[in-house]
Amino acid sequence: MASIVADGLSIEFPLYHMAARSLKKRLLAKAALRVRTDESNRVVVAALRDLNFRIGRGERVALVGSNGAGKTTLLRTIAGIYEPVGGELTVHGEIGSLIDPGAGMDPDSTGRENIRLRGLYRGMDEAGIAELEADAAAFSGLGEFLDVPTRGYSAGMNIRLAFAMATAMAPQILLMDEWFMAGDADFMEKAEQRLTKLVQGADIMVIATHDFAIARRWCTRAIRLNAGRIIADGPVDEVLAQMDSIPATPTPAPEPAG
Amino acid sequence: MQSLALPTYRVDASNPRRAARAMADLAAGFSSWRLAWALARLDLRNRYRGSVIGPFWVTLSTAVMVVGLGLLYSTLLKQDITVFLPHLAVSLIIWNTLSTLVSEATTCLSSADGVIRQLPLPLTTHALRCVFRNAFSAAHSLPLIIVVFVALGHLPGPEAFLAIPGLLLLAINALAASLFLGMVCARFRDIGQIVSNIMQLAFFMTPIIWRAELLGENVWRLYFNPFYPMLEVIRGPLVEGGVGPGIWIAAIAYTVVLTGAAAAFFIRFRARVAFWV
Repeated sequence: MASIVADGLSIEFPLYHMAARSLKKRLLAKAALRVRTDESNRVVVAALRDLNFRIGRGERVALVGSNGAGKTTLLRTIAGIYEPVGGELTVHGEIGSLIDPGAGMDPDSTGRENIRLRGLYRGMDEAGIAELEADAAAFSGLGEFLDVPTRGYSAGMNIRLAFAMATAMAPQILLMDEWFMAGDADFMEKAEQRLTKLVQGADIMVIATHDFAIARRWCTRAIRLNAGRIIADGPVDEVLAQMDSIPATPTPAPEPAG
Repeated sequence: MQSLALPTYRVDASNPRRAARAMADLAAGFSSWRLAWALARLDLRNRYRGSVIGPFWVTLSTAVMVVGLGLLYSTLLKQDITVFLPHLAVSLIIWNTLSTLVSEATTCLSSADGVIRQLPLPLTTHALRCVFRNAFSAAHSLPLIIVVFVALGHLPGPEAFLAIPGLLLLAINALAASLFLGMVCARFRDIGQIVSNIMQLAFFMTPIIWRAELLGENVWRLYFNPFYPMLEVIRGPLVEGGVGPGIWIAAIAYTVVLTGAAAAFFIRFRARVAFWV
């Protein structure tokens, strides 16, 4: 059964290329809690601190919190991009992530070539790639533009293609950042149907969002992050209601790399 | 231990199982070699986008180098041009491949930062991409070797096939260097500059535009230059009718050292690369 279990999960970003000592001192003075120097005298940002949670089958979780709270970092950690520096993370189930739609796209290749490349990135075989190509080509509605290098696409066309490629999957665990809510109105309707299908097909969904309407509509549970810690975890309405009444303590910590 | 029905991803910071994960990374990278292959071809296509002869520009510039340097140095060093030119052509082509590979290895991970931070791909894929790209590029220079050999009537015997294990050694070193330099240079951005300086010096210190015999009784000193045996295991069989066992032992020893260093570094720091790039 699909599940995500975190036990004392911590991620720290080292800030290696911050050479200026004065800058370092200033940052340390300002945010004494989150940016600190570790035992080998490196400056690190505690992006996620001692997270404990268990997400089981059927749960739709919204990660909420201000900028830099650690939402995207948590998504990337679950996706296997960052390995934890402390604690344990266990993920059962096939992961599909919609974190950055444009990752791995080559602007000098045509739309069709990009779709095939995405298939290779996902480790698909020839049959899988052909299927992906047919699906993404049909959904994006780009027609003859599919054989034009994506460098020549408008922003909207790029989003269509990225969305079509990214959502052509059926994972058990779906990780999403809120980027996918962009796009032109005509496309949004189509996109929403497709997303709904994807979400319903997944055993678990985790989405990072600022938008309470999205959280209320799609999710059953909300985890509120602040400065890398979980400060609330529960049914979505409760957490969001509490968020309106108790604002989080503002932290000046910068959004870690990327 | 785990249910086998579902793919499981488990990381425990107190028990990182680094060696097992590094092996899994290598295995995953090799089994998805088609991705690295496709990316390598894309790199070359994009690099020479709009160019009429594309990657053959490298061949052409090597050809010009060979003719120019060949005429000059065969006179300066009082070498017979029919012996010197095949030596120079093969040496320059191997050296170009080797030095481009080393310089691209230093950026093979840091230039893939967008992908590394967004997609959970094995790091081996990025290293393989660098190796494949340079192998493609080098393959475009093969015709030049044949042209020089035929024009000067220098036809190597069956020992030329010994260049194949030499190329294999080069490939192993290329992958190890890509992983090692890719990681080191992702962490310490100054190393790339140091490496390019070293490569420039190494060009003159290695018998490329000169022949090892010119050192006379000091020829043993060349064994301290790791590029010499690496070059010689490929060049020897093609130009000099084979090489002695000393060269092979040195080449294998340097390969073991580099691969060992790369493996140690890869096992220890693989998981940190996503934070470095």
